Amino acid sequence: MEMPTPSGAVIAKKARIVEKLSAVLSDGGVISDESETRAYECDGLSAYRCPPLCVTLPRSTEEVAAVLKICHEENVPVVPRGSGTSLAGGALPTADSVILGVARLNAVMETDYDNRYIRVQSGRTNLSVTGAVETDGYFYAPDPSSQLACAISGNIAMNSGGAHCLKYGVTTNNLLGVTMVMMDGTITEIGGAHMDAAGLDLLGVICGSEGQLGVVTEATLRILPKPEGARPVLMGFNSNEVAGACVSDIIKAGVLPVAIEFMDRPCIEACEAFAKAGYPMCEALLIVEVEGSPAEIDEQLALIKNIAQKHDPVELREARDADEAGRIWLGRKSAFGAMGQINDYMCLDGTIPVSELPFVLRRIGEMSKDFGLDVANVFHAGDGNMHPLILYNANKPGDLETCEAFGAEILKLCVEVGGCLTGEHGVGIEKRDLMLTQYTDEDLSAQMAVKDVFDPSWLLNPAKVFPLGSSATHRENRAA
Amino acid sequence: MLTPTTEHELADCISAATSPFRIQGGGTRPIGLVANGCTPLSTSGLNGISLYEPGALTIVVKSGTPLSDVKAALTAQNQRLPFEPPDYRALLGTDGTPTIGAVAAMNLSGPRRVQVGAARDYMLGVRFVNGSGQILKNGGRVMKNVTGYDLVKLLAGSYGTLGILTEVALKVLPSVEETATLSLSDLSPDQAVRAMASALGSPFEINGAAHDPATAQTYFRLEGFRASVQYRSERLAALLEPFGEVAKIDDATSIWTDIRDVRPFAGLPGDVWRLSIKATDAPSLLDRAAPLGSMLDWGGGLLWLRMSEGTDLRAKLGNFAGHATLIRANDETKARIPTFHPEAAPLAAIADGLRQKFDPRGILNPGIMG
Repeated sequence: MEMPTPSGAVIAKKARIVEKLSAVLSDGGVISDESETRAYECDGLSAYRCPPLCVTLPRSTEEVAAVLKICHEENVPVVPRGSGTSLAGGALPTADSVILGVARLNAVMETDYDNRYIRVQSGRTNLSVTGAVETDGYFYAPDPSSQLACAISGNIAMNSGGAHCLKYGVTTNNLLGVTMVMMDGTITEIGGAHMDAAGLDLLGVICGSEGQLGVVTEATLRILPKPEGARPVLMGFNSNEVAGACVSDIIKAGVLPVAIEFMDRPCIEACEAFAKAGYPMCEALLIVEVEGSPAEIDEQLALIKNIAQKHDPVELREARDADEAGRIWLGRKSAFGAMGQINDYMCLDGTIPVSELPFVLRRIGEMSKDFGLDVANVFHAGDGNMHPLILYNANKPGDLETCEAFGAEILKLCVEVGGCLTGEHGVGIEKRDLMLTQYTDEDLSAQMAVKDVFDPSWLLNPAKVFPLGSSATHRENRAA
Repeated sequence: MLTPTTEHELADCISAATSPFRIQGGGTRPIGLVANGCTPLSTSGLNGISLYEPGALTIVVKSGTPLSDVKAALTAQNQRLPFEPPDYRALLGTDGTPTIGAVAAMNLSGPRRVQVGAARDYMLGVRFVNGSGQILKNGGRVMKNVTGYDLVKLLAGSYGTLGILTEVALKVLPSVEETATLSLSDLSPDQAVRAMASALGSPFEINGAAHDPATAQTYFRLEGFRASVQYRSERLAALLEPFGEVAKIDDATSIWTDIRDVRPFAGLPGDVWRLSIKATDAPSLLDRAAPLGSMLDWGGGLLWLRMSEGTDLRAKLGNFAGHATLIRANDETKARIPTFHPEAAPLAAIADGLRQKFDPRGILNPGIMG
């Protein structure tokens, strides 16, 4: 993966930059020793690594502003970092960049149940936001798989989703306001406890901008009253097509499950071997979860089972208690771990129109033979967000490159059928060079124009999201 | 009035422009004051449903399509626009045909917004022509899409100042089997806001919570499958008991339509203001505003005020969390009092910068937003 050549001028003045940063950050706020900066050399896309110039770990919005002001003055690129769980290389440093980590900003600032929001510092982990309100009967809805570790700042940067977004939406639908520091150190407040923007919806474009517009230090998040209960049902089918048709029928029937998860045979086999959840061996598995009171759950599940029956399921298993519900989810939740145990894998994230599921799964199967690499599919079927896992051997020369080429073909297929390159992981560096398959030069210029306004010198996370060729003239503004 | 019938024709109009445009759909919501000398341009010639996949909960519509056509197509498949777009014809004394493009460009949502989200939350993708006459797209037609920046949100609520929408892809949802409305009588705004907070904080999925101070009625709406609505209504009624006697209204359709369209203000004198606020601030803001009339929606988070003509409401209220938009006033007042709430300097600079990028010649609805 190509990255811009680091600026020799910036690397040459490392000592001065570190000294200036150390002067504005409290104890231990700057890491510049090479053995220690290595801990920040990559994120969840660990195939690509590069230690940064140094790492800053501010403890307040004011300290973030001070760091950005110095980097702005010194013309140093800044790579914002939440917990570093990005699967797209969103937090990958360059040798001439300063990492701005928000891990020390993790406090709850305010909880307001009457108005149903919580204000937190952005380094707080996703799951611990729910943790702060769940004893009072509330939760924060977006639930990315990495929710134990991932930070709200990263969720906002990538507009993260999760298994339950079919009903509750993704981060942008649950974000009410932010405190954001601009690259020049200006602190701004956007949105807040109220709904909708006063003028242009800047919050809407900041969410999902992959840390390229500003550094979010605090967030006001919508919290929801916890449903009375939830219960999953497991269904097995003899073909992907039938499972896909069943998903479509459930949606058309007017039931809105909180989650519809799909696993294909390779994934079922791997999960079964790993987690022993007792899954039936079949071509496709669906896990459908509904919420409400026990009676409401019964009503919805009856409807769903009725639809499933029409598609001749090989298995139809409803959880009778929490233990059985846990077992149904066990395999799905350990899917990535299971795959990781048997192989190196690359996880894709394209979205397709739900109606194209059978076609796309069949094509992926054919391509798998062509490229000679196996694929397992596990994904959020209700919204068409696929997660094909391509298995490869990192120790075999050329395998990673084949895997990447295969992945690119799958993503192009997603775009061809009316979908997109990434549903919830973000572009980062991983899908950067595929952007022109989905957008024209003019479309991308319109997006880059937004960055020109927020960060005219293109110092924030500059080599991400846009193909390097497309962003070159914008990035060169900085050098000038 | 220019009414291009294709995206390309529209793009040519914009490219060749020598004077600015006043952009509209059906012209039913003339909010804000556009600069003098603008050529009227309507999207009503861009008409039709491009794609509708009920099984994928997705519809793609050309921007000038009448809202009623979109609703009819959805109703035929037992689906709907969840965000309940309002119709301001009675409120603003206009006629004409409301379009889906204007709903998107103004990010217009009704009572259900409090639970399900705004118009912008259901917008999956847009096609638009910017101020340079380029045809651009952003987003797509799938429900989860983080590919590049979300210009869909930026265009939603931009009142045509960044680009003229030509097509909008929307997420839709199934219609519901049953609706129930409960009401409380004789509450003060303060009591009503507390009752609504209590309902919205329950797990019973209240998707409408409004209060009309004129009649001192507070309304709560539940929707879903029959048995579920029945169950939740009973639980909600029990929850609301401390606030007074809970009544069940058999057919409240017109009540919610009236709230959505701010119908109680129609034909009554005064300027109309729309405030988006922290719900629990509603009672104190009402005291400070001392309006001629008021309505509370979104549990108090949306405050409609009818003020004496020419009142500078923002000056009267001082600082508060949220913003106030001037929806109805004469042109003299609109010229004197900004339609949109003034923003902090750094945000105003960003907004100006974005307008310059998307519309460098300043020809798209100049003056309407700033």
